[in-house]
Amino acid sequence: MGEKRRVVITGMGAVSPLGVGARPLYERWAEGIVGIENGAGWCSSFVPSEHLSVKEVRRLDRVSQLSVIAADEAIAQAGWNGEKPYDPLAIGMIMATGIGGISTVETNLNLMRDIGPNRISPLGVPMYMPNAPAASISMRHGLQGQSFGLVSACASGGQALGLAARMIQYGDADAVVAGGAEATLTDFGFACFNAMQALSKEGVSRPFDKRRDGFVMGEGAAVVVLEEYEAAKARGANIIGEVSGFGSTSDAGHLTAPDPTGRPAARAITLAMKDAGLTPEEISYVNAHGTSTELNDAAETQALKLALGEYAYKIPVSSTKSSIGHLLGAAGAVEAVATVQALNERVVPPTLGYEIPDEGLDLDYVPNVSREMTVVADGAPSAISNSFAFGGHNVSLVIKGHG
Amino acid sequence: MSVTKEQVQERVVEALASFGPDADTITSSATFEELDIDSLDLVELAQIVEDEYGVVLKGEDMKELKTVGDAVELITARAA
Repeated sequence: MGEKRRVVITGMGAVSPLGVGARPLYERWAEGIVGIENGAGWCSSFVPSEHLSVKEVRRLDRVSQLSVIAADEAIAQAGWNGEKPYDPLAIGMIMATGIGGISTVETNLNLMRDIGPNRISPLGVPMYMPNAPAASISMRHGLQGQSFGLVSACASGGQALGLAARMIQYGDADAVVAGGAEATLTDFGFACFNAMQALSKEGVSRPFDKRRDGFVMGEGAAVVVLEEYEAAKARGANIIGEVSGFGSTSDAGHLTAPDPTGRPAARAITLAMKDAGLTPEEISYVNAHGTSTELNDAAETQALKLALGEYAYKIPVSSTKSSIGHLLGAAGAVEAVATVQALNERVVPPTLGYEIPDEGLDLDYVPNVSREMTVVADGAPSAISNSFAFGGHNVSLVIKGHG
Repeated sequence: MSVTKEQVQERVVEALASFGPDADTITSSATFEELDIDSLDLVELAQIVEDEYGVVLKGEDMKELKTVGDAVELITARAA
């Protein structure tokens, strides 16, 4: 195989518990603001009717509503509004979700029980199917290349960006709009995750802290516009970052618990660095999966030590989930959007709530306060962004900022 | 139970307006295409009509409907 095509980021959008927009996500996290209220990360500033028509609101589950708003922002930033800069048949779309339109499932299940099976809405299936966010964005923006929904639980968002990059590298697409979305903050959603004892009883997200007792569930979406580098340059696009590496493995072990040795996760990180052509000493920051569960944060620390060697202790590691909670299938995409901005601002945002070190969890977790990023490589800084999932799916991305 | 065409018209306009189009645009001669009302919306309309008037509209009935007036006529006739 010849020289790999490079994949650059030209637009980003997000809806998160820190607000509507990619900017508040990064800025408010870096300022140390926690977007978690009443035990969850709600997108309370997102009012669907402010952004969508009556028809759109009633035809899109919340997971797709969040998706299209994040996509609108990303596509506008890329300067794609109006005519697309590429053949629409060469623009792909991948939208990840862990669960899909769970509130639509609940509504229709209630209708079936209360009235009968013939009262289920004809919009039920097209609203709750896990490819609905991808379909919604493809239709809204006329993206006619390959499009699909991607499902790998909490690794989905990162995997969407990784596979989108591969589509461009291989030449299957000139550009891909990719991201992740989740909207599981319903009674049923809470009950399901509570049944697994996965959620924090205290409702506090404090990754890597000794007192961590589970994750805090959040909702939201993030979308990026990825373009092939030469084509983006030729059209004069504003290049804001690059997806330079992607690696993925599976634990093939327990259904929910990560491999405690961290070995398969470490391989994902190593593969991503190799893909980017980088060594550990060229990584300026790690955006951890950092869920605030006992097992993830220990296994991830192990994985980072295996993949980065002695540099694991030198590279700052922080978790976006300390500010917004765990956005499940959206997490990897939301965190990638935060990471690009951190790289470009040359700021390492903190792990909020971190006070008490745990045995064996001895990396530099950037407690509570942002700091200036030390750029260790020449030119633009690079970061690793991890996403690990129920089901044992491990995803690592290498993301590069601008010079 | 018998219902007047006016009553049916009013209910149909109300239902269609809840699907998206402005109520003022939902006239008897307006086509579903103009109103951006598709087959999924029409299935929902059929569910509402069945609850309201006990009229069962099947897929083949709906296929023939082009305008709001067509739907009102059919529902009124079946409800009589």
